Amino acid sequence: MNRTVLDLWVGFFVALGLAAVMFLALKVGNLSSAHLSETYTLQAKFDNIGGLKVRGPVKSAGVVVGRIVDIKFDPVSYEAVVSMDIDGRYRFPKDTFASIYTAGLLGEQFVGFEVGGEEKMLKPGDVISKTQSAVVLEKLISQFLFSKAAEGQDSK
Amino acid sequence: MSMRMGNVAGFLRKLGHAAVERVWRLGFAARFLLAILAYSGTAFRRLHLTIREVYFSGVLSLLIIMVSGLFVGMVLGLQGYETLQRFGSTEALGVMVALSLTRELGPVVAGLLFASRAGSSVTAEIGLMKVTEQLKAMDMMAVNPIARVVAPRFWGGVVSMPLLAALFSAMGVLGGWLVGVVFIGVDDGAFWSQMQAGVDFRFDIVNGIIKSFVFGIAVSLIAVFEGYDSVPTAEGVSRAITRTVVTSALTILALDFVLTSFMFRGTS
Repeated sequence: MNRTVLDLWVGFFVALGLAAVMFLALKVGNLSSAHLSETYTLQAKFDNIGGLKVRGPVKSAGVVVGRIVDIKFDPVSYEAVVSMDIDGRYRFPKDTFASIYTAGLLGEQFVGFEVGGEEKMLKPGDVISKTQSAVVLEKLISQFLFSKAAEGQDSK
Repeated sequence: MSMRMGNVAGFLRKLGHAAVERVWRLGFAARFLLAILAYSGTAFRRLHLTIREVYFSGVLSLLIIMVSGLFVGMVLGLQGYETLQRFGSTEALGVMVALSLTRELGPVVAGLLFASRAGSSVTAEIGLMKVTEQLKAMDMMAVNPIARVVAPRFWGGVVSMPLLAALFSAMGVLGGWLVGVVFIGVDDGAFWSQMQAGVDFRFDIVNGIIKSFVFGIAVSLIAVFEGYDSVPTAEGVSRAITRTVVTSALTILALDFVLTSFMFRGTS
């Protein structure tokens, strides 16, 4: 069995195809940075998660420190339980405050950590007790409108 | 009255015949796939047979796939910019182009092109082998035509398709970048960083590759089956080629719906 020119072309084709996959993985996707090798799980309970989605980011000081992996409804406390995979390099104090923010006016929603001053750190599997629910825009607008209407009645 | 009854009965008979024929062919195609898998040993032991088919269906499709990918990406760049600039979020162009290509357009359009460029020629080749009784001659010489002719073409297509789809997506992203960043002037850094933030390797890219792999199996099976099952006349082969392209296109689009609903349902 001899080497032929055909083999060269097929080798070229396969190399080109694999290069395309590499390009997609490294340049288009985020294989290089965002796939955290070591993570630990934290949970947080919210009254209302608004439009929070699985795979959404968890940020602290604006930096992505983890991803949301699961959102469940707790039938006992009637709260939403959000599980997050946090980058193993980062530890957060016990009194960390988890809030749901929106990026921009209509952007995606994410969980933001505001770090407290406690010495003890959260352990893997811990539940963050201090949370703030998502701001529901409609509620905010209706509150504003009602307060304006009330003001109008007062001045009469 | 009896005339009309006769027409109706004839119509029903034709309908029933067509339905039974379809089911019959489907069953034969399933058995044919099993036969290909069972006789695939030769295709891997004598690898040069398969490599030759990778050359014919993969390498020779390179140009059409890469040029189409580039143009599809460029059109996505133009149209995406046109829509996104209304909402003042042109930086999201990169995500839009990359997600549409890796999730849907890459596998589907590459699959359609592959079916018409490589699938049709495989059907024609096997069909003509049948017309000129080469398959029968092989059988006479105790060479199994499924092992010698069909299986290498099948595996050549299965190997080529995911690589071609990945190339299509990569060229498309470059095309979108060319129009968005180089011609229109979207910010280069935002284009790539938004893309990298929005495209997940396992979720978007690997699912796209799985799709193209499934399409590769479907198109290759349809191509070799239609060739093998063709009526051995000039007209029969030409019909088989038409059927390959039509059935492949329908199968790709239907499978795409099924796969998408499994892969991307209920998340983000």
